[in-house]
Amino acid sequence: MTRILATASAEARIVLRNRWVAIAIAMMAVFSLVLSATGSAPTGALGADPLSVTIASLTSLAVYLVPLIALLMSFDAIAGEVERGTLPLVLTYPIRRSEILLGKFTAHLAALALAVAVGYGLAAGAAFLSDAGSAAGLPALLRLFWTSVLLGAAFLAIGYALSALARRPGAAAGLVIGLWLVMIVLYDLSLLAAIVADDGGWFTTDIFPWLLIANPADAFRLYNLAASEATAAAAGLGGAAATIAPLHALASLLLWPLVALTLAILAFRKVTP
Amino acid sequence: MTTLTLSNVTKTFGDMRALDAVGFTVAAGERVALIGHNGAGKSTLMKILLGLIQATAGDIEVCGAAPGSDAARQHVAYLPENAAFHSALTGLETLRMYLRLRGESPDQAMSLLDRVGLADAAKRRIGTYSKGMRQRVGLAQALIGHPRLLVLDEPTSGLDPVSRRDFYTMLDDLAAEGAAILLSSHALTEVEARTDRIVILSRGKLVADDTLVGLRRRAALPIRLQIRARPGEADAVAAELAGGRQNGVTVDLTCTPEDKLLRLGQIAGLGALVEDVDVVPPSLEDIYSHFSRVSADGDRQ
Repeated sequence: MTRILATASAEARIVLRNRWVAIAIAMMAVFSLVLSATGSAPTGALGADPLSVTIASLTSLAVYLVPLIALLMSFDAIAGEVERGTLPLVLTYPIRRSEILLGKFTAHLAALALAVAVGYGLAAGAAFLSDAGSAAGLPALLRLFWTSVLLGAAFLAIGYALSALARRPGAAAGLVIGLWLVMIVLYDLSLLAAIVADDGGWFTTDIFPWLLIANPADAFRLYNLAASEATAAAAGLGGAAATIAPLHALASLLLWPLVALTLAILAFRKVTP
Repeated sequence: MTTLTLSNVTKTFGDMRALDAVGFTVAAGERVALIGHNGAGKSTLMKILLGLIQATAGDIEVCGAAPGSDAARQHVAYLPENAAFHSALTGLETLRMYLRLRGESPDQAMSLLDRVGLADAAKRRIGTYSKGMRQRVGLAQALIGHPRLLVLDEPTSGLDPVSRRDFYTMLDDLAAEGAAILLSSHALTEVEARTDRIVILSRGKLVADDTLVGLRRRAALPIRLQIRARPGEADAVAAELAGGRQNGVTVDLTCTPEDKLLRLGQIAGLGALVEDVDVVPPSLEDIYSHFSRVSADGDRQ
């Protein structure tokens, strides 16, 4: 535990000095504020409080932004150590590779959680300013926060695995951007295309829901929308969410960080310093 | 008591034999220099005994345990060639982290940095350090705890002569406390004076493992006698001693170790013709090229 904490505190300093924390907080803050400003327009028609509307927008934002920030923080974790030549020395210390990775994970996840908290906090503040009745949306906001942290955890771990596989920071950066594009953008597009082509057949009813929760980003979106009726109404996306039990989506969100972290540790073990 | 034992250690990378049946030991309190050309296998050997890479064959015992095992890593300190650290951290923060990784109190960081002469720069980021300063951070981390084995890859590269001397004094103290030290170096002259035993690797093979005196005896290289004649007498001295090169003032002779005393006697017999005489034994450089050549010739046959 001391060794994990020692790595984590050094890593936290690095993240702070590399301005990753500042960049992540700025990104989350700017986008959250923009969303809460533009999102307040349709509230009257839907009869939802401003915070619930903001949460629906934030959910869509988080699906793109949280994985991106997580991957950008993590791609250098192992490849960077290999490139700098700092890995051989650390590995001669009485520390396990899994402990090194967990130390980095702790620091990165804390930085990410901080950025998400600031962003959502600002958005919530803006919602309260426009309507004091926003308190009704607070539980949903809290849920959005911890699921965002889980989503970030999954993508941090995926980033470590790719970093270990790539072994060079340049290659790792390319891999994580490619992965982000596939998992966050192309995945949904291809599912959509498949549904259209299938036209309500067995794929849509039997396979599609599972494919949806297999992707942590979609599981995150589904869980947040399904768990809050008001949010789902505001997002206008109740249909897809209704076919999947929120618990399944939550299970996917919980499993992904564990599985990805295990894979990352296995990939890290294969790296020869 | 042996701290490090290697026997028949072989490492192949594809078709390349980086190490070929290498075996030697390092006892507690012993300072052993590992020398060889670039690519002779020094760094590979070190990485194997640290457990960073696996040997293809052979047995290694580090402090009574397998290389890279928890027990071994607990007692082994390493200084990599061109020690690298994260540039965003200060020297002090880096050392505090390494102390905590070894389960030691991070409060010792400042005194360790002071020991390697980095106290003034402790709170500056390592990104601003010179190569020599980074090397000192590397030394400082290798001093953490009481390592029973220190593996130092080119430890004095980038250090100025005064720091080198301080560094070897530090090694002497560590060895006196019972630490076994294995270091590689290109600077043969400094190794010559400050180590107990020399292991020569040539293209992956161990070609010599002996004390400097033993190596000199085995190599039986000629000894150089440098005679300074009185002004104008150089020709006479050269003629008397039969042979040898001269440059007007000095006469150079070489002789086998056995003939040394005989030759010195002859020189002394010249009396007033000679002003001074120096005996130059073969340097480690000479011995090293001798053994490398012998092994290369052996390979060709």
